[in-house]
Amino acid sequence: MSETPEELRYLASHEWARLEEDGVVTVGISDFAQEALGDVVYVELPELGSEVHAGEEAAVVESVKAASDIYSPLAGSVVAVNDALEEGPDAVNSDPYGEGWMFKIDRVRS
Amino acid sequence: MSRKTPLFDEHAKAGARLVEFHGWEMPLHYGSQLDEHLVVRENAGVFDVSHMTIVDVTGPRAEEFLRQLLANDVGRLKAPGVALYSPMLNEKGGIIDDLVVYKRDSGFRLVANCATRDRDLEWMSMNAAAVAAPADAKVEERAELAMLAVQGPRALEKAVAELPAVIAGKVSNLEPFQFVEADEWLVARTGYTGEDGIELMLPAEQAVSLWRALLARGIRPVGLGARDTLRLEAGLNLYGQDMDESTSPLQSALGWTVAWEPSEREFIGRSALENERRQRSRVRLTGIVLEERGVVRRDQQVMRDEEVAGAVTSGIFSPTLKRGIGFARVGGLRRGECQVEIRGRSVRARLVKPPFVRNGKKVFE
Repeated sequence: MSETPEELRYLASHEWARLEEDGVVTVGISDFAQEALGDVVYVELPELGSEVHAGEEAAVVESVKAASDIYSPLAGSVVAVNDALEEGPDAVNSDPYGEGWMFKIDRVRS
Repeated sequence: MSRKTPLFDEHAKAGARLVEFHGWEMPLHYGSQLDEHLVVRENAGVFDVSHMTIVDVTGPRAEEFLRQLLANDVGRLKAPGVALYSPMLNEKGGIIDDLVVYKRDSGFRLVANCATRDRDLEWMSMNAAAVAAPADAKVEERAELAMLAVQGPRALEKAVAELPAVIAGKVSNLEPFQFVEADEWLVARTGYTGEDGIELMLPAEQAVSLWRALLARGIRPVGLGARDTLRLEAGLNLYGQDMDESTSPLQSALGWTVAWEPSEREFIGRSALENERRQRSRVRLTGIVLEERGVVRRDQQVMRDEEVAGAVTSGIFSPTLKRGIGFARVGGLRRGECQVEIRGRSVRARLVKPPFVRNGKKVFE
Protein backbone atom coordinates (compact mmCIF):
# COMPACT_ATOMS: atom_id res chain seq x y z
CA MET A 1 0.00 0.00 0.00
CA SER A 2 1.71 3.26 -0.99
CA GLU A 3 1.72 6.17 1.44
CA THR A 4 0.83 9.62 0.28
CA PRO A 5 1.68 12.46 2.68
CA GLU A 6 -1.00 15.14 2.93
CA GLU A 7 1.21 18.21 3.12
CA LEU A 8 2.73 17.73 -0.33
CA ARG A 9 1.26 18.86 -3.59
CA TYR A 10 1.10 16.38 -6.48
CA LEU A 11 1.18 16.53 -10.25
CA ALA A 12 -0.83 14.07 -12.30
CA SER A 13 2.53 12.70 -13.45
CA HIS A 14 3.43 11.60 -9.89
CA GLU A 15 5.97 14.21 -8.87
CA TRP A 16 5.51 15.87 -5.49
CA ALA A 17 6.47 19.43 -4.54
CA ARG A 18 7.14 20.70 -1.01
CA LEU A 19 7.36 24.40 -0.13
CA GLU A 20 10.18 24.79 2.39
CA GLU A 21 10.41 27.44 5.09
CA ASP A 22 12.99 29.42 3.11
CA GLY A 23 10.63 29.67 0.15
CA VAL A 24 12.47 27.10 -1.97
CA VAL A 25 10.49 24.16 -3.45
CA THR A 26 11.78 20.57 -3.16
CA VAL A 27 10.72 18.05 -5.84
CA GLY A 28 10.67 14.25 -5.88
CA ILE A 29 8.48 11.37 -7.05
CA SER A 30 5.68 9.66 -5.19
CA ASP A 31 5.70 6.27 -3.51
CA PHE A 32 3.26 5.05 -6.16
CA ALA A 33 5.65 6.17 -8.91
CA GLN A 34 8.75 4.53 -7.38
CA GLU A 35 6.88 1.25 -6.98
CA ALA A 36 5.72 1.34 -10.59
CA LEU A 37 9.25 2.05 -11.83
CA GLY A 38 10.98 -0.78 -9.95
CA ASP A 39 14.57 -0.54 -8.71
CA VAL A 40 16.07 2.84 -9.61
CA VAL A 41 19.62 2.51 -10.92
CA TYR A 42 20.50 6.03 -11.99
CA VAL A 43 19.06 9.55 -11.72
CA GLU A 44 20.05 12.26 -14.19
CA LEU A 45 19.60 15.52 -12.29
CA PRO A 46 19.36 19.05 -13.71
CA GLU A 47 22.40 21.31 -13.65
CA LEU A 48 22.75 23.67 -10.73
CA GLY A 49 21.69 27.14 -11.79
CA SER A 50 19.73 25.97 -14.82
CA GLU A 51 16.28 27.34 -15.58
CA VAL A 52 13.31 24.98 -15.46
CA HIS A 53 9.77 25.58 -16.65
CA ALA A 54 6.45 24.30 -15.39
CA GLY A 55 5.50 21.01 -17.01
CA GLU A 56 8.86 20.51 -18.75
CA GLU A 57 11.36 17.70 -18.28
CA ALA A 58 13.85 18.57 -15.54
CA ALA A 59 15.33 15.18 -14.61
CA VAL A 60 15.35 11.55 -15.77
CA VAL A 61 15.00 8.46 -13.60
CA GLU A 62 16.46 5.24 -15.02
CA SER A 63 15.08 2.11 -13.44
CA VAL A 64 15.63 -1.54 -14.29
CA LYS A 65 12.55 -1.25 -16.51
CA ALA A 66 12.81 2.05 -18.37
CA ALA A 67 13.83 5.70 -18.40
CA SER A 68 11.16 8.08 -17.09
CA ASP A 69 11.08 11.85 -17.44
CA ILE A 70 10.53 13.91 -14.31
CA TYR A 71 8.68 17.16 -14.91
CA SER A 72 9.18 20.37 -12.99
CA PRO A 73 6.00 21.43 -11.22
CA LEU A 74 6.85 25.12 -11.57
CA ALA A 75 9.17 27.65 -13.18
CA GLY A 76 12.39 28.80 -11.54
CA SER A 77 16.09 28.07 -11.20
CA VAL A 78 17.66 24.94 -9.77
CA VAL A 79 19.37 25.86 -6.49
CA ALA A 80 20.19 22.37 -5.20
CA VAL A 81 20.38 18.77 -6.47
CA ASN A 82 20.60 15.61 -4.38
CA ASP A 83 24.15 14.44 -5.12
CA ALA A 84 23.71 11.49 -2.76
CA LEU A 85 21.56 9.85 -5.46
CA GLU A 86 24.69 9.33 -7.57
CA GLU A 87 26.03 6.67 -5.19
CA GLY A 88 22.68 5.69 -3.73
CA PRO A 89 19.89 5.91 -6.34
CA ASP A 90 17.94 3.34 -4.33
CA ALA A 91 16.96 6.15 -1.91
CA VAL A 92 14.29 7.02 -4.46
CA ASN A 93 12.71 3.60 -3.82
CA SER A 94 13.29 3.34 -0.07
CA ASP A 95 12.49 6.93 0.97
CA PRO A 96 10.79 8.78 -1.93
CA TYR A 97 9.59 11.68 0.23
CA GLY A 98 12.76 12.07 2.34
CA GLU A 99 16.25 10.94 1.28
CA GLY A 100 14.97 10.37 -2.26
CA TRP A 101 14.39 14.09 -2.97
CA MET A 102 15.77 15.11 -6.37
CA PHE A 103 16.16 18.87 -6.79
CA LYS A 104 15.14 22.22 -5.33
CA ILE A 105 13.82 25.22 -7.22
CA ASP A 106 13.86 28.88 -6.33
CA ARG A 107 10.68 29.90 -8.00
CA VAL A 108 10.06 32.81 -10.28
CA ARG A 109 7.89 35.27 -8.45
CA SER A 110 5.45 37.22 -10.54
CA MET B 1 -6.30 -16.30 -20.22
CA SER B 2 -2.71 -16.66 -18.94
CA ARG B 3 -1.32 -20.03 -17.97
CA LYS B 4 -0.05 -20.62 -14.44
CA THR B 5 2.77 -22.85 -13.30
CA PRO B 6 2.28 -25.32 -10.41
CA LEU B 7 4.03 -22.73 -8.19
CA PHE B 8 1.70 -19.81 -8.92
CA ASP B 9 0.22 -19.67 -5.40
CA GLU B 10 3.70 -19.83 -3.88
CA HIS B 11 4.75 -16.76 -5.87
CA ALA B 12 1.78 -14.81 -4.61
CA LYS B 13 2.65 -15.89 -1.04
CA ALA B 14 6.22 -14.73 -1.48
CA GLY B 15 5.06 -11.26 -2.50
CA ALA B 16 5.73 -11.60 -6.23
CA ARG B 17 4.98 -8.79 -8.65
CA LEU B 18 3.44 -10.85 -11.46
CA VAL B 19 3.63 -10.06 -15.16
CA GLU B 20 2.26 -11.59 -18.32
CA PHE B 21 5.06 -13.43 -20.09
CA HIS B 22 4.22 -15.01 -23.47
CA GLY B 23 0.93 -16.38 -22.24
CA TRP B 24 2.05 -17.15 -18.66
CA GLU B 25 1.61 -15.28 -15.34
CA MET B 26 5.15 -15.16 -14.02
CA PRO B 27 6.99 -13.42 -11.17
CA LEU B 28 8.95 -10.39 -12.37
CA HIS B 29 10.43 -9.97 -8.90
CA TYR B 30 9.54 -10.52 -5.24
CA GLY B 31 10.34 -7.01 -4.01
CA SER B 32 13.69 -6.07 -5.53
CA GLN B 33 15.13 -7.29 -8.81
CA LEU B 34 18.53 -5.87 -7.79
CA ASP B 35 18.60 -7.73 -4.48
CA GLU B 36 17.62 -10.97 -6.22
CA HIS B 37 20.39 -10.56 -8.78
CA LEU B 38 22.99 -10.05 -6.05
CA VAL B 39 21.73 -12.99 -3.99
CA VAL B 40 22.39 -15.31 -6.95
CA ARG B 41 25.89 -13.90 -7.45
CA GLU B 42 26.74 -14.17 -3.74
CA ASN B 43 24.58 -16.90 -2.26
CA ALA B 44 21.73 -18.99 -3.73
CA GLY B 45 18.44 -18.26 -5.47
CA VAL B 46 15.67 -20.39 -7.00
CA PHE B 47 13.77 -19.69 -10.22
CA ASP B 48 10.48 -21.22 -11.33
CA VAL B 49 11.13 -22.06 -14.98
CA SER B 50 8.15 -24.39 -15.44
CA HIS B 51 7.00 -22.29 -18.38
CA MET B 52 9.85 -23.67 -20.53
CA THR B 53 9.01 -26.20 -23.27
CA ILE B 54 10.11 -29.76 -22.43
CA VAL B 55 9.98 -32.30 -25.27
CA ASP B 56 11.02 -35.97 -25.25
CA VAL B 57 12.28 -37.51 -28.49
CA THR B 58 12.36 -41.30 -28.45
CA GLY B 59 12.53 -44.28 -30.80
CA PRO B 60 15.21 -46.17 -32.73
CA ARG B 61 15.72 -43.29 -35.16
CA ALA B 62 15.57 -40.48 -32.61
CA GLU B 63 19.31 -39.83 -32.73
CA GLU B 64 19.36 -39.83 -36.53
CA PHE B 65 16.49 -37.32 -36.51
CA LEU B 66 18.15 -34.99 -34.00
CA ARG B 67 21.47 -35.09 -35.86
CA GLN B 68 19.58 -33.74 -38.82
CA LEU B 69 17.45 -31.27 -36.87
CA LEU B 70 20.11 -29.47 -34.81
CA ALA B 71 23.23 -27.50 -35.75
CA ASN B 72 25.19 -29.05 -32.89
CA ASP B 73 25.72 -32.81 -33.05
CA VAL B 74 24.04 -35.08 -30.48
CA GLY B 75 26.31 -37.81 -31.87
CA ARG B 76 28.99 -36.20 -29.69
CA LEU B 77 27.09 -37.31 -26.57
CA LYS B 78 28.74 -40.68 -26.07
CA ALA B 79 26.85 -41.96 -23.07
CA PRO B 80 23.60 -41.12 -21.26
CA GLY B 81 23.87 -38.43 -18.60
CA VAL B 82 25.32 -35.62 -20.73
CA ALA B 83 23.71 -32.64 -22.42
CA LEU B 84 24.66 -30.03 -24.99
CA TYR B 85 23.45 -26.60 -26.12
CA SER B 86 22.35 -26.09 -29.72
CA PRO B 87 20.49 -23.73 -31.99
CA MET B 88 17.73 -25.19 -34.20
CA LEU B 89 17.86 -23.67 -37.68
CA ASN B 90 15.58 -23.20 -40.64
CA GLU B 91 16.71 -23.89 -44.23
CA LYS B 92 18.20 -20.40 -44.55
CA GLY B 93 20.36 -20.87 -41.45
CA GLY B 94 18.13 -18.60 -39.37
CA ILE B 95 17.62 -19.54 -35.73
CA ILE B 96 14.20 -20.94 -34.86
CA ASP B 97 15.15 -21.43 -31.19
CA ASP B 98 18.05 -22.31 -28.90
CA LEU B 99 17.77 -25.30 -26.60
CA VAL B 100 19.56 -27.82 -24.41
CA VAL B 101 19.35 -31.49 -25.41
CA TYR B 102 19.93 -34.28 -22.86
CA LYS B 103 20.96 -37.80 -23.87
CA ARG B 104 19.06 -40.23 -21.63
CA ASP B 105 18.90 -44.01 -21.32
CA SER B 106 15.56 -43.91 -23.11
CA GLY B 107 16.12 -41.35 -25.88
CA PHE B 108 16.58 -37.59 -25.68
CA ARG B 109 14.98 -34.65 -23.89
CA LEU B 110 14.98 -31.12 -25.29
CA VAL B 111 14.32 -27.99 -23.25
CA ALA B 112 13.40 -25.03 -25.42
CA ASN B 113 12.04 -21.53 -24.87
CA CYS B 114 8.50 -20.81 -23.78
CA ALA B 115 7.78 -18.06 -26.32
CA THR B 116 8.58 -20.33 -29.27
CA ARG B 117 6.69 -23.40 -28.05
CA ASP B 118 4.14 -23.67 -30.88
CA ARG B 119 6.65 -23.01 -33.63
CA ASP B 120 9.15 -25.46 -32.08
CA LEU B 121 6.64 -28.31 -31.72
CA GLU B 122 5.32 -27.84 -35.24
CA TRP B 123 8.82 -27.70 -36.71
CA MET B 124 10.03 -30.76 -34.79
CA SER B 125 6.97 -32.86 -35.61
CA MET B 126 7.07 -31.92 -39.27
CA ASN B 127 10.74 -32.79 -39.58
CA ALA B 128 10.44 -36.00 -37.56
CA ALA B 129 7.70 -37.13 -39.94
CA ALA B 130 9.93 -36.36 -42.92
CA VAL B 131 12.71 -38.57 -41.53
CA ALA B 132 10.92 -41.53 -39.97
CA ALA B 133 7.68 -43.27 -39.15
CA PRO B 134 6.00 -41.97 -35.94
CA ALA B 135 7.13 -44.94 -33.84
CA ASP B 136 10.74 -44.54 -34.96
CA ALA B 137 11.15 -40.88 -33.98
CA LYS B 138 8.47 -39.82 -31.55
CA VAL B 139 8.20 -36.18 -30.47
CA GLU B 140 6.22 -35.73 -27.25
CA GLU B 141 5.79 -32.64 -25.10
CA ARG B 142 6.05 -33.21 -21.33
CA ALA B 143 3.70 -30.53 -20.10
CA GLU B 144 3.12 -32.39 -16.82
CA LEU B 145 6.66 -31.65 -15.60
CA ALA B 146 7.63 -28.64 -13.52
CA MET B 147 11.12 -27.14 -13.72
CA LEU B 148 13.18 -25.19 -11.19
CA ALA B 149 16.67 -23.71 -11.34
CA VAL B 150 18.77 -23.26 -8.19
CA GLN B 151 21.75 -21.03 -8.90
CA GLY B 152 24.60 -19.40 -7.02
CA PRO B 153 27.88 -20.32 -5.33
CA ARG B 154 25.96 -21.92 -2.44
CA ALA B 155 23.21 -23.47 -4.55
CA LEU B 156 24.38 -27.09 -4.39
CA GLU B 157 25.38 -26.89 -0.76
CA LYS B 158 21.92 -25.66 0.23
CA ALA B 159 19.77 -27.66 -2.19
CA VAL B 160 21.33 -31.11 -2.06
CA ALA B 161 19.68 -32.07 1.23
CA GLU B 162 16.23 -31.53 -0.32
CA LEU B 163 16.79 -33.85 -3.28
CA PRO B 164 15.77 -37.54 -3.33
CA ALA B 165 18.55 -39.58 -1.72
CA VAL B 166 19.31 -41.55 -4.89
CA ILE B 167 20.03 -38.25 -6.69
CA ALA B 168 21.53 -36.24 -3.84
CA GLY B 169 24.59 -38.45 -3.58
CA LYS B 170 25.47 -37.98 -7.24
CA VAL B 171 24.76 -34.29 -7.79
CA SER B 172 27.98 -32.86 -6.31
CA ASN B 173 30.03 -35.06 -8.63
CA LEU B 174 28.33 -33.82 -11.78
CA GLU B 175 30.45 -31.82 -14.19
CA PRO B 176 28.76 -28.93 -15.98
CA PHE B 177 26.24 -30.30 -18.52
CA GLN B 178 26.08 -33.69 -16.84
CA PHE B 179 22.85 -34.89 -15.24
CA VAL B 180 21.26 -37.70 -13.22
CA GLU B 181 17.77 -39.15 -13.31
CA ALA B 182 15.58 -41.15 -10.95
CA ASP B 183 11.82 -41.57 -10.42
CA GLU B 184 10.74 -39.01 -13.01
CA TRP B 185 13.26 -36.43 -11.69
CA LEU B 186 16.07 -35.13 -13.89
CA VAL B 187 18.72 -32.97 -12.23
CA ALA B 188 21.41 -31.33 -14.36
CA ARG B 189 24.40 -29.15 -13.58
CA THR B 190 23.31 -26.45 -15.98
CA GLY B 191 22.00 -22.92 -15.73
CA TYR B 192 21.43 -19.54 -17.31
CA THR B 193 23.14 -17.27 -14.79
CA GLY B 194 26.90 -17.84 -15.10
CA GLU B 195 26.99 -19.28 -11.57
CA ASP B 196 27.24 -22.88 -10.38
CA GLY B 197 23.89 -24.55 -9.89
CA ILE B 198 21.38 -27.13 -10.98
CA GLU B 199 18.22 -27.25 -13.03
CA LEU B 200 15.58 -29.78 -11.99
CA MET B 201 12.68 -31.29 -13.90
CA LEU B 202 10.13 -33.15 -11.78
CA PRO B 203 6.46 -34.14 -11.70
CA ALA B 204 4.32 -31.03 -11.23
CA GLU B 205 2.61 -32.42 -8.13
CA GLN B 206 5.95 -32.52 -6.28
CA ALA B 207 7.03 -28.99 -7.20
CA VAL B 208 5.33 -27.11 -4.36
CA SER B 209 6.87 -29.22 -1.62
CA LEU B 210 10.34 -28.94 -3.18
CA TRP B 211 9.97 -25.16 -3.55
CA ARG B 212 8.97 -24.76 0.09
CA ALA B 213 11.84 -27.00 1.23
CA LEU B 214 14.35 -24.96 -0.75
CA LEU B 215 13.04 -21.69 0.67
CA ALA B 216 13.25 -23.18 4.18
CA ARG B 217 16.97 -23.75 3.50
CA GLY B 218 17.41 -20.01 2.98
CA ILE B 219 17.36 -20.09 -0.82
CA ARG B 220 15.68 -16.89 -2.03
CA PRO B 221 13.02 -16.87 -4.77
CA VAL B 222 14.25 -14.97 -7.85
CA GLY B 223 12.10 -13.53 -10.66
CA LEU B 224 12.40 -12.98 -14.39
CA GLY B 225 13.81 -9.47 -14.00
CA ALA B 226 16.96 -10.73 -12.29
CA ARG B 227 17.07 -13.74 -14.64
CA ASP B 228 17.60 -11.31 -17.50
CA THR B 229 20.33 -9.23 -15.84
CA LEU B 230 22.15 -12.38 -14.68
CA ARG B 231 22.19 -14.04 -18.10
CA LEU B 232 23.39 -10.88 -19.84
CA GLU B 233 26.29 -10.38 -17.40
CA ALA B 234 27.16 -14.05 -18.09
CA GLY B 235 27.27 -13.43 -21.85
CA LEU B 236 24.25 -15.62 -22.67
CA ASN B 237 21.90 -14.78 -25.55
CA LEU B 238 18.16 -14.35 -25.15
CA TYR B 239 16.13 -15.72 -28.05
CA GLY B 240 13.76 -13.17 -29.49
CA GLN B 241 16.05 -10.27 -28.56
CA ASP B 242 19.65 -11.18 -29.43
CA MET B 243 18.68 -13.61 -32.17
CA ASP B 244 15.66 -14.77 -34.17
CA GLU B 245 14.81 -16.44 -37.46
CA SER B 246 16.40 -13.59 -39.41
CA THR B 247 19.82 -14.11 -37.80
CA SER B 248 22.23 -17.04 -38.19
CA PRO B 249 24.47 -18.53 -35.48
CA LEU B 250 27.45 -16.84 -37.17
CA GLN B 251 25.76 -13.48 -36.67
CA SER B 252 24.80 -14.31 -33.08
CA ALA B 253 28.12 -15.26 -31.46
CA LEU B 254 27.05 -18.93 -31.69
CA GLY B 255 29.49 -20.15 -34.34
CA TRP B 256 30.96 -22.44 -31.66
CA THR B 257 27.67 -24.36 -31.39
CA VAL B 258 27.77 -25.46 -35.03
CA ALA B 259 29.35 -28.92 -35.39
CA TRP B 260 30.80 -28.82 -38.91
CA GLU B 261 32.50 -32.22 -38.45
CA PRO B 262 31.75 -34.84 -39.59
CA SER B 263 31.34 -33.07 -42.95
CA GLU B 264 28.88 -35.75 -44.12
CA ARG B 265 26.33 -34.81 -41.45
CA GLU B 266 23.50 -33.07 -43.24
CA PHE B 267 21.65 -30.81 -40.82
CA ILE B 268 18.93 -28.27 -41.61
CA GLY B 269 20.56 -24.96 -42.53
CA ARG B 270 24.01 -26.46 -43.22
CA SER B 271 24.38 -25.35 -46.83
CA ALA B 272 23.11 -21.81 -46.08
CA LEU B 273 25.66 -21.53 -43.25
CA GLU B 274 28.46 -22.87 -45.45
CA ASN B 275 27.68 -20.16 -48.01
CA GLU B 276 27.67 -17.54 -45.31
CA ARG B 277 30.93 -18.82 -43.85
CA ARG B 278 32.64 -18.36 -47.22
CA GLN B 279 31.85 -14.64 -47.17
CA ARG B 280 34.28 -12.53 -45.19
CA SER B 281 32.09 -9.73 -43.99
CA ARG B 282 28.91 -10.04 -41.96
CA VAL B 283 27.22 -8.51 -38.97
CA ARG B 284 28.24 -9.96 -35.63
CA LEU B 285 26.86 -9.98 -32.12
CA THR B 286 29.27 -8.62 -29.54
CA GLY B 287 29.33 -7.05 -26.08
CA ILE B 288 29.11 -3.34 -25.38
CA VAL B 289 29.95 -1.42 -22.21
CA LEU B 290 29.28 2.23 -21.51
CA GLU B 291 32.29 4.31 -20.56
CA GLU B 292 30.07 7.02 -19.06
CA ARG B 293 27.12 6.84 -16.70
CA GLY B 294 23.89 5.60 -18.16
CA VAL B 295 21.84 2.61 -19.17
CA VAL B 296 22.03 1.05 -22.61
CA ARG B 297 18.77 -0.37 -24.00
CA ARG B 298 17.69 -2.42 -27.00
CA ASP B 299 17.34 -0.73 -30.39
CA GLN B 300 19.69 2.14 -29.48
CA GLN B 301 22.05 2.86 -32.34
CA VAL B 302 25.77 2.11 -32.13
CA MET B 303 27.90 4.72 -33.93
CA ARG B 304 31.49 4.68 -35.06
CA ASP B 305 33.17 7.56 -36.92
CA GLU B 306 29.81 9.29 -37.21
CA GLU B 307 28.27 6.34 -39.04
CA VAL B 308 25.77 3.79 -37.83
CA ALA B 309 27.68 0.58 -37.07
CA GLY B 310 24.71 -1.34 -35.71
CA ALA B 311 22.23 -1.49 -32.85
CA VAL B 312 21.89 -2.73 -29.30
CA THR B 313 19.92 -5.99 -29.03
CA SER B 314 19.80 -6.29 -25.22
CA GLY B 315 20.84 -3.73 -22.62
CA ILE B 316 20.80 -3.49 -18.85
CA PHE B 317 22.34 -1.68 -15.94
CA SER B 318 24.69 -4.34 -14.57
CA PRO B 319 24.08 -4.73 -10.83
CA THR B 320 27.47 -6.42 -10.38
CA LEU B 321 29.52 -3.94 -12.40
CA LYS B 322 27.34 -0.87 -11.76
CA ARG B 323 27.46 0.31 -15.34
CA GLY B 324 25.47 -0.04 -18.54
CA ILE B 325 26.25 -3.21 -20.52
CA GLY B 326 24.59 -5.05 -23.39
CA PHE B 327 24.90 -6.94 -26.62
CA ALA B 328 24.98 -5.21 -30.00
CA ARG B 329 24.90 -6.50 -33.55
CA VAL B 330 27.41 -4.53 -35.61
CA GLY B 331 29.08 -4.58 -39.01
CA GLY B 332 32.82 -4.17 -39.28
CA LEU B 333 35.10 -4.39 -36.24
CA ARG B 334 33.54 -5.97 -33.20
CA ARG B 335 36.04 -4.45 -30.75
CA GLY B 336 37.06 -0.94 -29.91
CA GLU B 337 35.66 2.49 -29.13
CA CYS B 338 32.21 3.50 -30.28
CA GLN B 339 29.24 5.62 -29.19
CA VAL B 340 25.67 4.76 -28.31
CA GLU B 341 22.83 7.17 -29.10
CA ILE B 342 20.87 7.38 -25.86
CA ARG B 343 17.85 9.68 -25.97
CA GLY B 344 19.54 12.11 -28.33
CA ARG B 345 22.90 12.10 -26.58
CA SER B 346 26.06 10.43 -27.88
CA VAL B 347 27.50 8.32 -25.04
CA ARG B 348 31.03 6.89 -25.13
CA ALA B 349 31.13 3.09 -25.18
CA ARG B 350 33.38 0.17 -26.04
CA LEU B 351 32.79 -3.14 -27.83
CA VAL B 352 34.13 -6.09 -25.84
CA LYS B 353 34.10 -9.88 -25.88
CA PRO B 354 31.49 -11.30 -23.48
CA PRO B 355 31.06 -12.56 -20.81
CA PHE B 356 31.13 -9.54 -18.55
CA VAL B 357 31.09 -11.40 -15.21
CA ARG B 358 32.35 -14.81 -14.14
CA ASN B 359 32.27 -16.12 -10.55
CA GLY B 360 31.01 -12.71 -9.46
CA LYS B 361 33.94 -10.80 -10.96
CA LYS B 362 34.49 -8.57 -13.99
CA VAL B 363 36.26 -10.56 -16.72
CA PHE B 364 36.15 -8.54 -19.92
CA GLU B 365 39.03 -6.42 -21.24
